[in-house]
Amino acid sequence: MKILVCITNVPDTTAKITFTDNNTKFNKAGISYIIGPYDDYALARAVELKESNGATVTVLNVGEADGDPQIRKALAIGADDAIRVNAEPTDSYFVAVQIAHIAKENGYDLILMGRESLDFNSGVVHGLVGEMLGIPSYSPVMKLDIDGTTAKLAREIDGGKEYLEAPLPLVLGCQEPIAEWKIPNMRGIMTARTKPLNVVEPVEVASMTNLESYSLPAPKGECKMIPAEEAESLITLLRKEARVL
Amino acid sequence: MSVLIFVEIDNGTIKKTSQEAIAYGAQVAQMLNASTTVLALGQADEAALATAGNFGATKVLHDANDKLTQENSLAYAHVLVQAAQQEGSKVIVLAKSGLGDAVAARAAAKLQASVVSNITDLPEISEGTFKVKRSIYTGKAFATVEVQSEIKVLAIRKNAIEPEPTDELATVEPFSPSLRDSDFVATITQVEKASSNLSLTDADIIVSGGRGMKGPENWGPLEELAKALGAATGCSKPVSDLDWRPHHEHIGQTGIKVAPNLYIACGISGAIQHLAGVNGSKYIVVINKDPEAPFFKAADYGIVGDIFEILPRLTKAVEASR
Repeated sequence: MKILVCITNVPDTTAKITFTDNNTKFNKAGISYIIGPYDDYALARAVELKESNGATVTVLNVGEADGDPQIRKALAIGADDAIRVNAEPTDSYFVAVQIAHIAKENGYDLILMGRESLDFNSGVVHGLVGEMLGIPSYSPVMKLDIDGTTAKLAREIDGGKEYLEAPLPLVLGCQEPIAEWKIPNMRGIMTARTKPLNVVEPVEVASMTNLESYSLPAPKGECKMIPAEEAESLITLLRKEARVL
Repeated sequence: MSVLIFVEIDNGTIKKTSQEAIAYGAQVAQMLNASTTVLALGQADEAALATAGNFGATKVLHDANDKLTQENSLAYAHVLVQAAQQEGSKVIVLAKSGLGDAVAARAAAKLQASVVSNITDLPEISEGTFKVKRSIYTGKAFATVEVQSEIKVLAIRKNAIEPEPTDELATVEPFSPSLRDSDFVATITQVEKASSNLSLTDADIIVSGGRGMKGPENWGPLEELAKALGAATGCSKPVSDLDWRPHHEHIGQTGIKVAPNLYIACGISGAIQHLAGVNGSKYIVVINKDPEAPFFKAADYGIVGDIFEILPRLTKAVEASR
C-alpha cells in the first residue's frame, strides 16, 4: 500500500498574528512553525498503518524551503521519503492542483491530510484533490482501518458520527482521535537526515484568487463585571442591552 | 443568470445556516441583477422548501430522490454542477460546514472555479472586480480576497449576514438530474446521532463547560441552563480529552468553531486555542471562580464566583423572565 500524507507548515497554535508591508504580508518575525496539528494526526495514523498493514509513507508539502525542518520532522516520525513542491501555497486550488499532479504521477492508495490547515482554515483541499483525481474524499475522519482494498472509517457529522466503508483509493481529511500524535525518537531523527527529500517545481495553475489585504479583528470592549450576588441581572442585561435572549 | 444556493436539509426542513446562505445569495443576486435559485436534495417537506422565499429566493429546484437523502458530497456536487449549468450560475453560495466545504470543493474542481471558504461579509462588487472578506488563522485575522475566476463558489460562515425574513414564498420545481453509480461506492454502516437535536454550528446560544466543572457528573446545572435558554452544550478540549463529554462537543482551534449570538463559558479559563474557536460569537459571557482567568479579557459580561451556585440561579432567572 502506498500512502501520501500532505502536511502544511503553519504558525504554532499560540502564535500572535500580525502583518507587515501595509497589511499585505504575514509577519513571520518571532513565529515558530509546526506541522499543521490535523496533518500531524494524519501522519501518525499513516505511520501506524505502515506498521500494522505494511505500507510506504511519502510526505508531501507545497511550500518554500523554510518548511524543510517540518518535513524532516515528519520523516523522523516515520515517513519513508518526502516531496516538496517548491512554491508559495497561494490558495486552495493551487495547492490541490499540485497534490493531484504528484498523485497522478506516483499513484497512491490513500491520500491523507488534515481536515483543514491551521492558517487559512478552508477545509477544501481534500475535496478538490478527490475531484481532480476522480476518487471519493471524506472529512473529518476520526477513525480509519484498512481491510484489504477497503477503508473502514468513521467521520464526524453534524452532532454525531457516521461509519462508512469505501474502496481505495481515497482522499481523507483527518482529525483526532484518529491516532495519537507521535514524537520523533533519537533513532528517527538520525535516520531522517538521510531519507530522500525531493524538491520539485510546481505545475502552472491559472490564478483564481488574489490576496488584497489582511486585517485584524476590532479590539474587544471592556468586559462588564457583574457581582456574583447579583448574577440574575445578567439575564436582564442579555435581554435588554445585548438583545440576544 | 442566477445565483445558486445549495441548502442542507435537516428533518425535512432547511437548516438555519442554509437560510443565512439563501439571504446572502439573494443579496449578491441583487448586486448582480440576477435571480436567486435554491437547490434542495433528498426528502424534504415542500411547504418547508417554499419558505426559501422568506429569505429572498424565487425558485427552489428540488430532487426528492431518496438516494440523495443521506449526506453524499460526491453526488451532491455532481447534481449542483448540473443545476448551475441549467441556471447559468456564476456565483454559488453554501453555508460552511463539513458537508458544505466538501460539496463546494468538489463542485469548484468540476467547474474549474475558485472556492473561498469562511466568508464573513457580503462581497464588494465594482467594475468587474469581486472581493470577499474571509476569516483566517482561526478567527485571529481576516483576509480580503479578490476572486478572479469566472465562476465563484462561496462558503459563508454563520452570522455573515443577518436575514430579515419576509412572508414571500418561493416556487418549488422538481429537478431530475442524472446520478452516477461512481458517486455511491461508499456504504454507510452506522450513524450515531447525539440525543440532543441542537447542533453546535446551528445554535444561536451555546453554554459550554471547562475543567472548572470538576467532573462529568456535575454537568446537570449547565444542561439545565442550556435547556432553559434553548441552547446547545459545548466543552473545552481538556474536558473532551478527559472523556467527560463527547468529542463532537469540543469547541476550539482543533475542534468545532462556533459563531453563536451568545456564548456562555462556565469554568473555562480561556486558552488561546479555545478563544480561536469562539471568537466569531456576538456576545461572550464568562463565569469563573478565578478573577485572573484570561477569558474575561475576551468577554462582554463576566461573573467571578462559584459556577455551581450561580448556574441554578441563572436558570431560575431565565424561567422567571418568560
